Amino acid sequence: MAKVSFREELCKGCELCKQACPKGIIEMGSHINAMGYHPAQVTDMSKCIGCAFCAWMCPDVVITVEKEGKA
Amino acid sequence: MSKVLMKGNEAIGEAAIKAGCRYFFGYPITPQSELPEYLSRRLPQVGGVYLQAESEVAAINMVYGAASTGARVMTSSSSPGISLKQEGISYLAGSELPCVIVNIMRGGPGLGGIQPSQSDYFQATKGGGHGDYRLLVLAPASVQEIVDLVKEGFDLAEKYRIPVMILGDGILGQMMEPVDLGSETTLEAGEKPWAVTGKMGRTKNIINSLYLDPEKLEKHNRHLEKKYLEIKAKETRSELYQTSDAEIVVAAYGMIARVAKAAVDMAREEGIRAGVFRPITLWPYPEKELNQAAAQAKAVLTVEMSLGQMVEDVRLSLNGRLPVEFYGRVGGMVPTARAVYEEIKRLAKTYGEVK
Amino acid sequence: MGVVFERPKSLTQQKFHYCPGCHHGIIHRLVAEVLDELGLQDRTIAIASVGCSVFAYDYFDVDAIQAAHGRAPAVATGVKRSRPESIVFTYQGDGDLASIGAAEIIHAAARGENITVIFVNNAIYGMTGGQMAPTTLVGQETTTSPQGRNPKNAGYPIRMSEMLATLPGASYIARTSVHDPKHVRETKKAIKEAFQVQVEGKGFSLVEVLSACPTNWHMTPVESLEWIKNEMIAYYPLGKFKSAEEAK
Ligand SMILES: Cc1ncc(C[n+]2csc(CCOP(=O)(O)OP(=O)(O)O)c2C)c(N)n1
Ligand code: SF4
Ligand code: SF4
Ligand code: SF4
Ligand SMILES: [Mg+2]
Repeated sequence: MAKVSFREELCKGCELCKQACPKGIIEMGSHINAMGYHPAQVTDMSKCIGCAFCAWMCPDVVITVEKEGKA
Repeated sequence: MSKVLMKGNEAIGEAAIKAGCRYFFGYPITPQSELPEYLSRRLPQVGGVYLQAESEVAAINMVYGAASTGARVMTSSSSPGISLKQEGISYLAGSELPCVIVNIMRGGPGLGGIQPSQSDYFQATKGGGHGDYRLLVLAPASVQEIVDLVKEGFDLAEKYRIPVMILGDGILGQMMEPVDLGSETTLEAGEKPWAVTGKMGRTKNIINSLYLDPEKLEKHNRHLEKKYLEIKAKETRSELYQTSDAEIVVAAYGMIARVAKAAVDMAREEGIRAGVFRPITLWPYPEKELNQAAAQAKAVLTVEMSLGQMVEDVRLSLNGRLPVEFYGRVGGMVPTARAVYEEIKRLAKTYGEVK
Repeated sequence: MGVVFERPKSLTQQKFHYCPGCHHGIIHRLVAEVLDELGLQDRTIAIASVGCSVFAYDYFDVDAIQAAHGRAPAVATGVKRSRPESIVFTYQGDGDLASIGAAEIIHAAARGENITVIFVNNAIYGMTGGQMAPTTLVGQETTTSPQGRNPKNAGYPIRMSEMLATLPGASYIARTSVHDPKHVRETKKAIKEAFQVQVEGKGFSLVEVLSACPTNWHMTPVESLEWIKNEMIAYYPLGKFKSAEEAK
């Protein structure tokens, strides 16, 4: 079990996280944030493996990753 | 304190050490190389750092870095090298960093020559770099005064967080005179809360001159202006010689003021009431003091080793009240006392009551 | 659940002003993570340069200085010489480091200044709107090489890392990239090694990071990753040109 959360207000919609996700579960939302971008979001959290590739690639430090069994 | 015989350039170095300066960054250029040479020997003896930079551009930026940490730091050069330092000087002024910059002037423009000159007056006092800024410019006229002004220069630089320039010429740098080096300045730790030292639990410090928001930049400019006005009000220095009854006042700074004094002595022997006004601070210019010195005057003669630079400040200070004439030699040629005396005589004839 | 990834302490809360997909943000974060992991935040003095990363002084939560264009290595020298106990790093673009500041970087390396340089090579002048840089690739179109860089009049791009590695004073020189998660990890490792070299007093360290400028490359952020992989790395090979083990 893993969980990613996005500080949506910081997202610039660059899609680097989406490109990096090995599970293909990141999509760009259809709504726009305060900066005018379509923010990234996860479609099916149950498929997330907590690899943090999305967070590694994110230029705007939008993403936090949590994982079961990590302290 | 007993006196020691020292060369001007070396006295600058020893005075800096007495003032607690432990960091020097420079690049060789005649006629000031004795200063870095001296400090390359002396600074390691007192636990300091002498570093020969790859250029004057780098040297002034090393000064910027060391000054940012709150260290007492100095650099020196001569005219072409000072031109290269202008970028850094503007940044130092913008970021409000204290330091001492020595310019032992030589003739220009371009590569010019290596003989003494005063042709960097505009550059030093009107801002050779970009932006609305000022340097506090001190012009010593003897080796003793070098020592006193270098020491005072460091204090003023820190008091106002402003770069201070010591403006001398090749004669002064090469001249040997006995000096009293005076006592060592004791520096108090922790008196620069703005310095970057690693944040160590406090909120971060930033040394910066960038203000993209015009409102903020104007505020910063106004803050600098306030400081400059305070310096103008409080920190002018000058020397008056025989001016109380002088009909002809000779305005000259640095070594040339000594030539002017000799010329005034000759004139006085001929019954011409002449005197010398010697600004010690070139910025701020001692306007009030000049007006006082010229209270009885019929005319003012400005003498410089330039085509006429300080003369503009003399005219501005007197604001049309008196005729101001100019005599200068350039290219490394030094005005003689005899020539200045002849000029005084000519002015006395034209404007004076006597004769 | 435990946190496996979060914002490093050595970054302030300030939102980056960079364009979407600009790699400056990734590289900032990696530097901050390394400062956190090595426990250096309180001792560090950052030197920001002139370029898109000029506001780095606002982003790193450490004491910082803004330096004139190209002069950061000289400023860092002044800082380090007056405070040898501090950890000093510069953060410079390719125009800043390889063009106007070429003399300053070469001599800081030659002297073996015990500082760390983060060199962000995006093959362009980002901040001023996409002009040709000394690192612009042959044939690459910029606003001042509209026909593509022609070596007949503009010369060839400079490989700074290879050049600096020839200097005995340089202790650690590496070129990395951040175009995928694997390379991001490698970049972080290199940055960590570079700071360790400084902590151990072993002298000059530099990490050149190939970095995207999607805006001035006129590509999407994702297309930019491909361009780094296929074009940039072909001319700027990744690797270590001087390693910590070699460092005396
Ligand atoms: C002395 C000086 N010349 C020119 C400039 C204008 N300028 C600002 S940033 C820049 C180029 C920066 O490019 P680079 O270092 O590659 O950084 P990037 O923006 O690409 O990250 C230039 C030429 C300046 N600020 N100062
Ligand atoms: S942690 Fe890995 S699997 Fe989960 S969303 Fe991010 S990239 Fe995808
Ligand atoms: S990488 Fe970051 S900024 Fe870019 S889309 Fe994903 S979350 Fe948003
Ligand atoms: S112009 Fe280029 S380097 Fe500058 S912030 Fe935008 S993408 Fe980044
Ligand atoms: Mg660039």
